[in-house]
Order: sequence, then structure tokens, then C-alpha cells
Amino acid sequence: MTASDTLVRIRGLHFRFGPRVIFDGADFDFARGKVTAVMGPSGIGKTTLLRLIGGEFKPQAGTIEVDGTEVARLGRHELFELRKRMGMMFQFGALLTDLSVFDNVAFPLREHTDLPESMIADLVLMKLHAVGLRGARDLYPEECSGGMQRRIAFARAVALDPMLVMYDEPFTGQDPLSLGVLARLVRKLNDALGLTSIIVSHDVAETLDISDYVYLISGGKVVAEGTPQQIRGSPDEGVRQFLEGLADGPVPFHARAIDYATDLLGTAPARRSQGVPA
Amino acid sequence: MTAVLDGLFDVLRRLQAIATDFLGSAGRACLFLGSVLAAVPSALARPRLVAQQVYAVGVLSLVIIVVSGTFIGMVLALQGYRTLVGFGAEESLGVFVALVTVRELGPVVTALLFAGRAGSALAAEIGLMRATDQLSGMEMMAVDPVRRVVAPRFVAGFLTMPLLAAIFSVMAIGVAGGHLMGVEVLGVDDGSYWSQIQAQVELKDIWNGVVKSVVFGFVISWIAVYQGYHAAPTSAGVSDATKTTVVLASLATLALDFVLTAFMFEGV
Amino acid sequence: MQSKALELLVGLFFTLGVAAVFILTFRVASLSGAGEGSSYAITADFENIGGLKPGAAVTLAGVRIGRVHSIVIDRTTFEARVTMRIGESYDNIPKDTAASILTAGLLGEQYIGLSPGGDEAALAEGDSLKFTQSALVLENLIGQFVTNMAGNSSSKDSASGNSSSK
Repeated sequence: MTASDTLVRIRGLHFRFGPRVIFDGADFDFARGKVTAVMGPSGIGKTTLLRLIGGEFKPQAGTIEVDGTEVARLGRHELFELRKRMGMMFQFGALLTDLSVFDNVAFPLREHTDLPESMIADLVLMKLHAVGLRGARDLYPEECSGGMQRRIAFARAVALDPMLVMYDEPFTGQDPLSLGVLARLVRKLNDALGLTSIIVSHDVAETLDISDYVYLISGGKVVAEGTPQQIRGSPDEGVRQFLEGLADGPVPFHARAIDYATDLLGTAPARRSQGVPA
Repeated sequence: MTAVLDGLFDVLRRLQAIATDFLGSAGRACLFLGSVLAAVPSALARPRLVAQQVYAVGVLSLVIIVVSGTFIGMVLALQGYRTLVGFGAEESLGVFVALVTVRELGPVVTALLFAGRAGSALAAEIGLMRATDQLSGMEMMAVDPVRRVVAPRFVAGFLTMPLLAAIFSVMAIGVAGGHLMGVEVLGVDDGSYWSQIQAQVELKDIWNGVVKSVVFGFVISWIAVYQGYHAAPTSAGVSDATKTTVVLASLATLALDFVLTAFMFEGV
Repeated sequence: MQSKALELLVGLFFTLGVAAVFILTFRVASLSGAGEGSSYAITADFENIGGLKPGAAVTLAGVRIGRVHSIVIDRTTFEARVTMRIGESYDNIPKDTAASILTAGLLGEQYIGLSPGGDEAALAEGDSLKFTQSALVLENLIGQFVTNMAGNSSSKDSASGNSSSK
């Protein structure tokens, strides 16, 4: 892959949040125009990766380049300019509750462009139509189901025709119907609009279906990467545990705790167990 | 002996942690105020946003302010009458009610009610936006949430407080409250009620009352938006932010009232 | 993280500022009550101080120049000795100045009014005022008034020669 084929390049990422190490030297390449998935167990730091790319956090070490610009070096104003070219779909939609669906999708257009209202209305309707919710334009977020909220968030994320769209767990907690719809939308829009998509998810089946490239992270490092076929066929234990949903493997089932018998029989003082080693 | 020393060190360590926490929060609040104030001009450039907030904060608080003003005015009239009648000075009832209201009760009671109703609503609303990622979402959409969400609300709070205090005073002294109680019920002469007020209540008193309510509005709005913006992104966090806002804003109001009164009315 | 240090610094600054405001407030509040810092003390003895209290104003030509500091009973004369603190800047009040206890308005609180004499020597720390006028006690006044009234009418009767009782 040549440099211009890679929209987002991450090298040697080290990031700590307080005492917790989230990334311990990770490299990523997100190719232009492709759908790349980042997968791993819950709480591993996948959402944090998106926030690092978006410049919300700064890594302790390593570089994150978006379209050739190093994100961590940008001043507030330039960062905001960069963000206008990125769209993000949050896990629970993060729609503005005091605005209608229409106004939510129109929000980035109204804030960042000087387009006349008539043009904005057209654009909003186009985006809503693409996600199949043109008829919901006058509803309020609280009146919409979770799946609908996600689709509206999607429409909002692509409102400014960004070059990069990031999806934070778009399929989590969805019923099979919405899942299928969302997944197809992600793929369709990526190809139709020439976007670059990064999907962060732990839903194996749908994500592998629509992605061009997959990264599997665990323990703060990339443990596997490749095309969906390569991942599916990988003999690596960590990959197998994740793909097949095995309870125990390289990522243990039991959180760190003292010996079971000792705990029950009360010979050791009660202690709070450590969190899941992530 | 070492156990006592250990205990002592433990206490000292805890005190140090509390002090550091307190100073850190105070510092964060000041820095936050700085960014909010910096965003005020751009908020004022979008009058529709501010107007929406003025409606939410001011207009919707009207009922409680009007009712409270009425009742407090009536109580002042009752209490005042009882005392003044012993000196044969019941014609001064108007002055008594007016001075107490304009100088003290108007700004202070309105501020306390404001802290409880509008302040807590403000903190809860912003806190909820924090908890549902709406503020992060805005950041990612390259919209500064301090400019779009916080500053208009701050400006609205700061502007509406003096207006609400004025309405409170009018209700207490005039419309219902003192006038109703004093003149209609207790039989104080209508003419002397008002003429005494005109004679004895100076512009200085009204001005001081306005200054007080502006200061209170500033501080209450500051506390409310800070607590909401920095709430922990959970439901417990939002609830804590709301509680802290009401308590802190009320205490700050009373403390500031003491300071302002000492400076304003020192010659009296 | 340097922003943490900044927060602590700003917080410290803010806290110190607030503390300073409060200290200032207390000084302002008490200043307006107790009078100027530098003053000298003089005394005056009264037969009856009426409703005079410590902290009451001491005026000259209607202008407040000091405060009543304390009131005690003299064990030999059984009169009330009032100690006043007068502001340092009023350093040429004649030694033969008179002090009267006056009432502010008709029903107001009582205060001391000084009427300057003609002596060239001025009052100094520890001096005592010779000429004093006690407070007017309402009951005595009314008693006097009634006695006067009765006196007038009886003298009128006797003057016109129509006294019925002999």
C-alpha cells in the first residue's frame, strides 16, 4: 500500500488512561475507500482508538496521521477543521435530544456551512432517504427506537460528506433485522460515497461480512490482522477464542481473585478482586 | 505508639487529599468560567439560542417566583403590622415591607428559588448531555459545546435573575403581598402606604438590590453549568451534580449576600 | 499532566482571593460600627443617662466625632461616668465644652451632643467634661408639666379672686 492509499496511519501507539494501559505499541493502517474493522473483547479500548484518531485524547507515545496530518500536533482550530472532514457514529446515537430528527441531521450543515435553508433541507432529506428514514423527519429522538436512532446518527455522520466515518459499536444490542439493515447501509454508503470506514465492534458475523480488512486487538496490541478470509481461517488461539466465542482461552474467564476455597471458608480477609486484565 | 503516629499520618494524608481535591475543583471551575466567558460574545451573536434558554430558565420560573413573592409580602405585612402598631406607626408598613424586600428578601429569596429550580434544571440538563455523549458528539462534529450549549444557558441565567428578583419585589410590595394584606385586610391607609414608600425608598436601595441579584445570577449560573459540564457520565453523576448545584449555589448566595450587604449598607 | 498543576494553582489563588474578601468584609462591617482606629478617651459624669448605650454616637454641631465606649457608676458620687472615644483629628475641642444627652427624633435612640465652650486649652486623653446635662426623663417632664398646669390655673383663680376653698 502506498502512502496515499492509507488515510489513517498509526505507528507505535502507546496510550494510558490513569493507571490502565490501553495501548502498548500498536500499528494500524486504514486504507482509503475501504471498510476496516477493529475487533476485540469488551472494554479493550476500541472506542478509545476512535477518540485518539479524532484527537479527543493525545497518546503518550506514537504517531497518528490522518490524511498526512499528525493529529496530536494540531491546535484547537486546526483540529476542528479536521473534524469537519470526519464523521462519527456513537454507540447510542448521541443525538441531540432537544432537536427533531431533521434538525439533528441538519445540525452540522447549519453549524459549518453558509448554505441557504432550502439547500440544507434538500441535503438532509437526501441523507435521511439514504438511511430510509425520510418519513421520520419530524419525530424527536426519544420517539425513535434504538435502531432508528442509530440510522439517524448515521445520516448525521455523513451529512457533510466526510472523507472518513468512524462507527463505534454500531451493531451492539440490535435485533437481527436492524443489524442487517445497518450493515448493508455501512457497506453501500462507503462504496457509493467513496468513504473510508472504520468499524469498531465485537459482533463477529456482520462485521466480517462487510469489511475489507480486520484488526484484532487484545492486551493493548494487535494480535491478528488480515482480510476476513484470512482471519476466519487463522489457527491462532486468540483469534479462535474470539471468533468462536469460547469462554476461556488467552483471555481468561475468571477475574483475578484469591483462591476460591479460601474465599468461601473465610480464612482470608475479604478483598476486592482486581479488574479483568485487559 | 506507631499506631497512633500511623493514624495521625493517615488523617493528615486524608486532609491533604481533601485540600488538593478542593483546590483542584476550584481551579477547574475558574478556568471553566474563563472559557465560558470567552464564549459569551459568540452566544450573544445567536440571540435565538439565548432566547430559548431565557424562556426555559426565566419564563418557566415565573409561577414559583410570583407565588413566593405574594406570600412573603403578605407575611411581611402581618409581622410588620403587629410590631409597628405598638408604636402607632402602622402607616410605615409600606416602607417596612418595601425596604426589606428591595434590599434583602427580593434578591436573596429569588436567588434561592432560582438555584433550586433553574439551577438544578440547568445542571441536570447539561449533565445528562454529558452522560449521553451528546457533548462528545458535538466535539467530534467540530462544534464547541461550551459555545453552543453552555454559554447561552449561562447568559440566560445571568440575565433573568435580576428580572425575576424585580418581579418578586413587585409582587411582594405592590400587587399582592404587602398591599393586599396591609391595605385591604389590616386597614392601613392606601395613600400613606405608597407615599411613605416613595419618600423613604431611595434609588440607592433599588440599585443595590439589582446589583445583588446580578451577582447572585452570575454565581448560580456559573455553579450550575460547571457542575453539569463536569458531571460523571452516569445517572449517579447527574444526580450528584444537581444536588451539589443546589446546595453550593444556595450557600454561595447567602455568603455573598453577607459580603455585599456589609459593603453596600455600611454607612447605615 | 501540567493542567493539573495549573488547576491547583488557580484554585489556590481563587481560595485566597475569597478569603481576603471575607476578611475585608468583617473589617468593613466592624469599622462602620465601632468608629475610627485612632482616638482618645474623655469622660463625663451624668445624673441620669436615660437610654444611652455603649456605641452611641458623640456629636459636635450635629457631626459624629466619636462613640460612647463604656458607662460605669462612680462609687462615691453615684453618678454615671460615661467614657467616650473621640477621633484623633478633633484635637482642639475646648476644655469647658458641655455634654448633653439628646434624643434622635422624638422616639429615637439617645446620643451625646457636645456644645463647645470658649477655653483656649483643648481636651486631651483622660480629661473630664465639667458641664453635663442629663437625659430628659419623660415621666419627670410630664410631672413638671402637670404641676405647672395646676399652678397656672390656681394662680389664675386666685388672681380673679374667685377661690371657692378658703
